[in-house]
This record gives sequence, structure tokens and C-alpha cells, in this order.
Amino acid sequence: MSPELVIIYSLVNGGVYALLSVGFSLIFGVGRVLNLSHAGFLMLASYSMYFFTRQQGLGIIESIAITVPAITLLGLLIYKLLIDRIREHPTAVLLVTIALLLIFEQVLFMSFGGNPGSTDLFVPGYSVIFGIKVINQYLLILGVVAVAITVTQLLLTKTKLGITIRAVANDAEVANLMGISVSKTLLITTGIATALAAVAGVVMAPIWPLTPGMWGSPMLMMMVIVILGGLGSIKGSIIGAFIIGFIQILVVALLPGGGYLNLTFVLLAMVIVLIVRPEGLFGTVFEEEKL
Amino acid sequence: MVRRLLKDFRWGVLPVPGRVIAIIFFVALFVIPLIMDHPYYLRMFMYANLFVIFAVSWDLLSGYTGQVNFGHALFFGVAGYGSALLYKYFGWQPAQTVPIAVLGATLLGVVTCFPALRLRGSYLALYTLALPIMLLGVVISLRDITGGEYGIRLLPGLAATATGEYYVCLLVMIASVLIMWKLTDAGSKYVRTGLIFHAIREDEIAARASGINTIRYKILAFAIGGLFAAIAGALYPHVRGTIGPSSLSLTTSFLAVIWTIFGGIVSIYGPIVGVYTLYPLVYLSLDVKQFFVKAIAGVHSAPLAGFLRVMQTLAERPYLVLAVIVILVLLFMPEGLAVRIRDKIETECPRCKLTNAAWRRECRACGASLR
Repeated sequence: MSPELVIIYSLVNGGVYALLSVGFSLIFGVGRVLNLSHAGFLMLASYSMYFFTRQQGLGIIESIAITVPAITLLGLLIYKLLIDRIREHPTAVLLVTIALLLIFEQVLFMSFGGNPGSTDLFVPGYSVIFGIKVINQYLLILGVVAVAITVTQLLLTKTKLGITIRAVANDAEVANLMGISVSKTLLITTGIATALAAVAGVVMAPIWPLTPGMWGSPMLMMMVIVILGGLGSIKGSIIGAFIIGFIQILVVALLPGGGYLNLTFVLLAMVIVLIVRPEGLFGTVFEEEKL
Repeated sequence: MVRRLLKDFRWGVLPVPGRVIAIIFFVALFVIPLIMDHPYYLRMFMYANLFVIFAVSWDLLSGYTGQVNFGHALFFGVAGYGSALLYKYFGWQPAQTVPIAVLGATLLGVVTCFPALRLRGSYLALYTLALPIMLLGVVISLRDITGGEYGIRLLPGLAATATGEYYVCLLVMIASVLIMWKLTDAGSKYVRTGLIFHAIREDEIAARASGINTIRYKILAFAIGGLFAAIAGALYPHVRGTIGPSSLSLTTSFLAVIWTIFGGIVSIYGPIVGVYTLYPLVYLSLDVKQFFVKAIAGVHSAPLAGFLRVMQTLAERPYLVLAVIVILVLLFMPEGLAVRIRDKIETECPRCKLTNAAWRRECRACGASLR
């Protein structure tokens, strides 16, 4: 691979991971919930695009207009019905969300079979940038990622809702005393996070081959990224996502057998960060949690 | 000696329903090969016994000591691959390869867990989760040595006959579970580890303030949990005849967690109940499917046949059923199935803390009212 291609690929890869892990990190920051099923919503969104464009023959715009709200609604329902009830037991949350991923996988397998293929590219053709050919879908993904992350960042810093979310993330008890409804904020945060995952799934639908087990790699990446960046830190997850995306593509490009080893190197990066800086690159440690 | 054992049995076991069930269960395990010697079903019990060791060892490390390890497959897979590779390259028999592989896997596990001593909670869970997956990438890419995705095949069995293998697995399981039970017994007069593990889980800082070297005991917990997981992992490929990358996969790590939490975490009988309830469900799904196929052929009413067809589809997807069961159990009895049942059939005497059957009116020792 030429260096320019490596950069383009890692930007696309990192961008999608950023959308996913920002949402995961938001939910963890606000509710202290490690919602592993977050990666499942990405997969469901991709499948939903496949269902509407290929099997129902709808246009791409209509499919997106149905998919993103539908997946967000599903995420909210699952949060309200399942996760919210056991929020106090971290191990139970981890198990329930893993079980949810298994259910998604099995249901998709039953309805679509093992290997349905991909959707059509949203924008066909390629453009030439700096002398290399880049398919337009990648440019579209980069654009969507940039817009989505900017909007989320603006939402979190400039609006009242964003201040509420950050207040709950900082200290839920004090935020509650200031008259903020913690459970409502958490629900809204889950909605935003699921919508981000759905957007990532929608734009990646033509790129990643659809399989019922495709949640595995994004889920691992998402966890590695938030650990690398520091659990609950938005800035950390965005930077971590691009670091991980870059490492992954670099290993695939440079090493023979990199397709198998990229996960090993990505996880190695995480382990090194954890050993050197247990709270992650941008994480904070609270005095009372120190040992 | 015999008289004392009989006395213990008469006064210590018979009045407590949970202990009676445990005794019946273990006696049944010994008798099974005498009344049924179909290798397919015996094999299910062998796997289940090994997974019991695996799940209980996870419970010792993550349940009792609170060091949540989401990569328990590291010990399992490394021991399995170790034993298989020693056979492949040196031609040694299981009697030699298994102990070496177990020791090697335990050592490797303890060494890699040193960084884990600085981490807590979610960070620890994710760090440990990463280790077996990292190794999985290496195993698949070194396909000349490890056989890649196909793994290593044609491994020797543990004994000449299926019944012999069954008893090896059963005896190892009982010995391991007994040792782990004693090591985690907080009320023991002879071993301090149980109490200290509980203390580390509840409040590590307080445990340190009481003069316990928590680092040393956390390493010990990793070593004990890793040792027994490695025993299960080293025997597993010899029962199965092959070993593949699935032994290091995320699923293997999570299954230990699922079984334990389903049965009841921080209890030795919890993982046993969990494995023996959930593992046959997956293993026997093909038989259940066949049963429904036959039933549909014999039924003439349409609604009943429709219902049976739904059941058949579910039997084809055991992991779907497993996932739904896990969610339901966690929502409605977060303490676990075995613990819930135990609370239903046993009560603790408020005065002398002795366990009594739930239907007794007074305590069997001190006569205090239980109502």
C-alpha cells in the first residue's frame, strides 16, 4: 500500500471507530454502564440498510431516514427495559449486553442467512486526490464522520443539554441535587450514542461485508479505544480511535499475515498504555479510587 | 473414623436439603457410566466436568477475590495448546504433557497478570479480556507450528476406554472442586485464604490497613484460579481429540462468566449448577431438534404442529435460547439460580448460624424459633 492510501484508510477506519467509541464512552461517563451491545447497533444499522435497499427496493435516502430513528428507538427500548434495571450491578450489565449481542447475531442469522453480501455504494465512482484514486464512498464517510463528531462536540459544549450531560458525567449525585434528572439525562445520552452508532453502521454498510458475527471486531476496537483514551473521556476516545485505526492499517500494510495479527498489535498498544498509564491517555483518576 | 464419618453424615448432611442434593448429585455422577455407556452422552458429562473446574476457578478469582477476569480462556487455551504441542513435537503421553502444560500456563498467566495488579474494575476486565485474543492472533498466524484455524488433531486420549476417561475427568473435577471449596471457605480454621479473598473483594484498602499484603494474595488468587483453569484446559484437548483456536476465543472466556453468574457468583455450587444446566442445553440441541422433527411427523393437528415447528427452530439455535435464558435470569434473579433455590429450601438459624431446612420450625441444634 502506498503511504497516501494508508492515511486514507486509517482515517476512514478511525473515523468509524470514533463514532462508535464516542457513544460508548458517553454512556459510560454518564451512567457508569459498560454497554457492550453498542457495537450490535452498528451491525443492526448495516443490516437494516441492506434490508431496505436490497430487499425492499427503497432509495438510499429513505432507507437512512428509516434506519437511524428505528435503531435509536430500539436502543432506547433495550436500555429502558433491560439495562436500566440492573444498572447497579456492573457484571450483570456486561453479561446482559453480551447476551444481547448473541441474540442479535442469532436473529440476523435466522432472517438473512450466513453471508448476505453488502449494499450498493451510496455514491459510485472514485475521485483523484493528490494523485491517488479514492472511492467516493470513503470521502462520504470522512465527511459524515467529521460532521457527526463536530455536531456532538458542539452539542456537548454549547447547549444546555450538553452541559447537563457533562454535569451528570462529572458527578451524578451533585447534578441530581442541582435539579437535573439523572435517569432522563442518561436516557437522552443513550439515544445520542445509539444514533451515532447507527450512523456509523449506515455509512459502513457498503464497505464491510455483512455477516451475523460482524459485531466482534468493532466491539473489541471500541473497548480498546476507550481504555486507550481513558474511560469516559470524549477527547480521549476520538484521538484513541484514530491511533487504533492507524495501527490496524499499518500492521495490515507492513506485516505478512497482518490480517490476523492486527488485533494482536492493537491490543498490545492497549496493554502498554495500561501498564504505563493505568487511567488511559486522557482519563482522570479520583483520589478515592487510587490504590 | 468410619463411625465419625457416619455421625457427620447423620447429623451434618441429612438435615440440610442442599447437602443431600449435592451428595445425590455426586453419587449419580459416579453411577452414570454403569447404567449408560453411549460414548456420545458420556462425552457430554466429561466436557461438563472439565467446564465445572473452569467455571469454579473463574469464580474463585473473579467472584471470591473480586478480580474480574474476562480472559480466563488464556489459562485454558495456553494449557491446551501446551499439552498438544508437547505431544506433537516430542510424542509424550498425556501423563507427562498435562502437568508440564498446567505449570507452564499457570506461570505464564501469573507473569502476564502482574500489570493487572495495578488495575481495578472495568480496566482490569478489559485488560484481561485482551490477553487471550492477542495470543489468538499469534496462534493463527503461526500456522506451521499450531495448525492455524484447523488446530492440532489426533491427540491421544486420557485412558483406553470412554468409561476410563469419564472417571479420570470426574475424579479430577471432584478433587479440584474440593480444594477450591476449602481454599475459599471463609469460616475455615486451617486456611486463611478464604477470609482474605473475601476481605480483598469487599474493601481492599481496609484489608491492607489490617496488615494483609493484598498484592501477594491477589497474585495467589491469580495463581490458584489459573492453575485449575489450566488443569481443565490441558485435559480438554485429550478428551476431544483436537484443539483449535476456539479454546482461546472470546466465547470460551465469556462462557465461564455466563455459567457462573447464571448459577450464582461467589458460591462453589453456583458454577456447578450453571454448567450442568446450560451446557447440556447446547450439547443436546441436535437431539432435541430430532425429537421435534419426529414429533411433527406424528402430529396431525395444525396448531400443535406449528408450535412444534417453532420449538424445532429454537432447538436449532441453542445460543439464542442460552442468551434469552441468561437475560431472564439476570433480570428476575440477579443472585443466580442455585443461590435462589438454596434460599428457598434452607434458612440460617438466627441464634447459632447453623443451616436448617426451610420447613423446620425450630433450629435443629439450639431450638431457637426460625419463624
